[in-house]
Amino acid sequence: MKVSTGTADMKYVSAIKAFDVSGGLCMSEYFLSLKGICKRFPGVNALTDVSLDIKNGEIHALCGENGAGKSTFIKILTGVYQSNDGEMLCEGKIVRFNNTKESFSLGITAIYQELSILPNLTVTENIFLGRELRIPGFGLLDYRRMNHLAKTALLELGIDIDVTKTASEYTMGYQQMIEIARALIANVKLIIMDEPTSSLSGREVDILLKNIHKLKEKGIAVIYISHRLEEVLAIADRITVIRDGCKIGTMERSEADEEKIIHLMVGRTLEEKFPRHQAQKGDIALRVRNLNQRGRLKDISFDLHKGEVIGFAGLVGAGRTELARAIFGADKIDGGIIEIFGKEVKINSPKDAIHHGMAFLTEDRKGQGLILMHDIIVNSTLTGLKKFCKFGYFIDQKMVVAEVDEMMRELQIHPAIPKMTTRLLSGGNQQKVVIAKWLCSKAKIFIFDEPTRGIDVGAKVEVYNLINRLVNEGAAVIVISSELPEVMGISDRILVMNSGKITGEFSCLEVTPEEILKAATGGINHECKHA
Amino acid sequence: MNASTPEVQGHGGTQKTQFRQLIKKMGSLIGLIGLSLILTFASPYFLTMDNIMNVARQSAINSLIAIGMLLAILTAGIDLSVGSILALSTVMMGIVVVKMGMSPIIGVAVCLGIGILLGWVNGMMLTKMSLPHPFISTLGTMNVARGLALIVTAASPISNFPASIQFLGAAFIGPIPVSFILVLVVYAAFHIFLNYTTVGRYIYAVGGNPEATRLSGISIDKVLIIVYTISGLMAALGGLVLVGRVNSAYPLAGLGYEFDAIAACIIGGASFMGGEGTVWGTLIGSMIMAVLRNGLNLLSVSAEMQTVAIGIVIILAVYIDVLRHKAAARFKA
Repeated sequence: MKVSTGTADMKYVSAIKAFDVSGGLCMSEYFLSLKGICKRFPGVNALTDVSLDIKNGEIHALCGENGAGKSTFIKILTGVYQSNDGEMLCEGKIVRFNNTKESFSLGITAIYQELSILPNLTVTENIFLGRELRIPGFGLLDYRRMNHLAKTALLELGIDIDVTKTASEYTMGYQQMIEIARALIANVKLIIMDEPTSSLSGREVDILLKNIHKLKEKGIAVIYISHRLEEVLAIADRITVIRDGCKIGTMERSEADEEKIIHLMVGRTLEEKFPRHQAQKGDIALRVRNLNQRGRLKDISFDLHKGEVIGFAGLVGAGRTELARAIFGADKIDGGIIEIFGKEVKINSPKDAIHHGMAFLTEDRKGQGLILMHDIIVNSTLTGLKKFCKFGYFIDQKMVVAEVDEMMRELQIHPAIPKMTTRLLSGGNQQKVVIAKWLCSKAKIFIFDEPTRGIDVGAKVEVYNLINRLVNEGAAVIVISSELPEVMGISDRILVMNSGKITGEFSCLEVTPEEILKAATGGINHECKHA
Repeated sequence: MNASTPEVQGHGGTQKTQFRQLIKKMGSLIGLIGLSLILTFASPYFLTMDNIMNVARQSAINSLIAIGMLLAILTAGIDLSVGSILALSTVMMGIVVVKMGMSPIIGVAVCLGIGILLGWVNGMMLTKMSLPHPFISTLGTMNVARGLALIVTAASPISNFPASIQFLGAAFIGPIPVSFILVLVVYAAFHIFLNYTTVGRYIYAVGGNPEATRLSGISIDKVLIIVYTISGLMAALGGLVLVGRVNSAYPLAGLGYEFDAIAACIIGGASFMGGEGTVWGTLIGSMIMAVLRNGLNLLSVSAEMQTVAIGIVIILAVYIDVLRHKAAARFKA
């Protein structure tokens, strides 16, 4: 394809490709300096006297448990919130952002856990949203040039996709790259990434980390927030730990190790990251034979026993979530047999699946797991509501409140306010409410899809303990996870999926990460194919 | 453990949160009381027993239709067909009772039956035919039902209903109109239905997040069909009251009633996005509209100006709600 390369083109392309020269000529070593930042919410000090410097072109990791104040900190940096106290210097000048537009104009942008991609627009339209290029003198949008630049930016990130397709056709992993491309095109100086790898797996994480290094070479600073400490240690120049709204310390990469960071983060050492369950493998709880779904799943067969945890590993888009949804009746299947406790069953809807004792904790907690505008009581009893009924239809409110109170205590949901809108809960606590919902339904077969995505170290162990408790009580569990250590840490068996097929089965005791990765990518051209 | 995040700020401010929720619940009630106070000073007739009962009677039909509409709005839907369902169900009752001379019991059964049937059809079209939005299915029904009402009556009204049919709309028990007692009974029943039955909870859930609801094992189709069927039934019940009040069934009855019903829900705090709204808020919304119309009548404001005033009140009511949300959000931030 021939593309005219006018001067405007050159500006954009060079911003992507070449070193940012101005970055090297900067007056001070620090792009951003924060001094004594305080942020108070009614009844809570979210941030107390936080001071931090971000150097030009450094990768600065921010670690802390959920609720430590990281999100608040980012929101102050980007102008979503305004600090009550303290000052912020950007390239030596005092600044105060009233909204994200103002921070963006100085080259600061954030890529959040929940991506801000508009699914109905094309990749190009997303990348150029708000900064569309026009045909000079005409005012009409210059799609040819924008498509070309979008493509170039994405290729630079190692992603080769059709930029004229709508963003919804791509998985979360690719959508994230689209967001990074958007930041590149806008010529930013500081990108804040909040849990960028939580939706990626294996190779995609590598691509992302490589790309972050490219950003660094261009003089773009990155604030990197992740619960995955391996990544933090692999990539960061400096690491800052915050806990309970206070900065605990900033250290050079060379001074840090995982133990030390965790210790600083939680203020205690974690005995064990992955506790193991004690259960004995029992009868077959779920038997799947030759499950097919056109274009997505091919000849899936496996057995899941009582007292067993099967981990599903694979890349994003390998078909693991699709498999879970198919078994659960959320999507139609094109053939295959599902047996539950030895009996063949027909599952046409989630209702059928729940009737047969299945539970499905979706990867998208907010979109598919919770009714965010409703409170903990309503959400945690939604599936099991029938059992609180008197005379068939009337809900016994006292019984509901008693059960919810008990579950909140058991799962340590915090804050323990039953009438609290679930939108206001932290990620870990939202997940616990979803778990409560399924405990309430008395399920026997649990499918956890990315159960610990974006929740903190402490809450993760709580989730693992909960899974173990279920298994000890005779449940059968499937865990889908993109975190390899997690899959290997909590599963008895690991099934690896690749392009809609099961391509490997391993016992957790004798498998190496390399073997799993090989099965997940093995032989098949995995060049960024979307499902 | 982690008490220091904005997400959990409600923990520290439980009482404040409860107070805010109370304000939120009471918002429209405060509006109703304020409006009544103003009218009490503006007109000596406003705060008389006769006038209050008059308002109660005038609000009854809209209140009955609005409570059905609330269900549709709770599921993030809408029912445009209620006015036409009211017309068709009442003229059919007129034909059966007045023209064919059948028993009033059969007439009432026909009236409510047609409401149920058309509502059910609305629900079926929305779910089984997968029409994209209830706006479309109920818009269709609105036109079909209105047209049929005109055809079966040859566009002329039917009068002289037996007293038993007029009872709901015209009778009084002491000073209190039966229609208003009916409203209170119906609203109490809906309060129990929405808050203390599974289907009621599911209606809120469907409006709040349909996908999460489906994945929680709830049949959304079933819930929606129930919702529109009830809405149809309530429109017919409203028709029954109307026939009693004017002793006539006419094919152009209920024109524009759908918008009064929607206005009552919205003024009463229901969210067009679904999942939020209360039975009592809707009653207050309906009362505000009736009080406003009544007050403007007492003050000899023209019908044209009244329409303008109602329009402004709808926008103001929702705007106040928007401001309240914004204030709450800022408070949270």
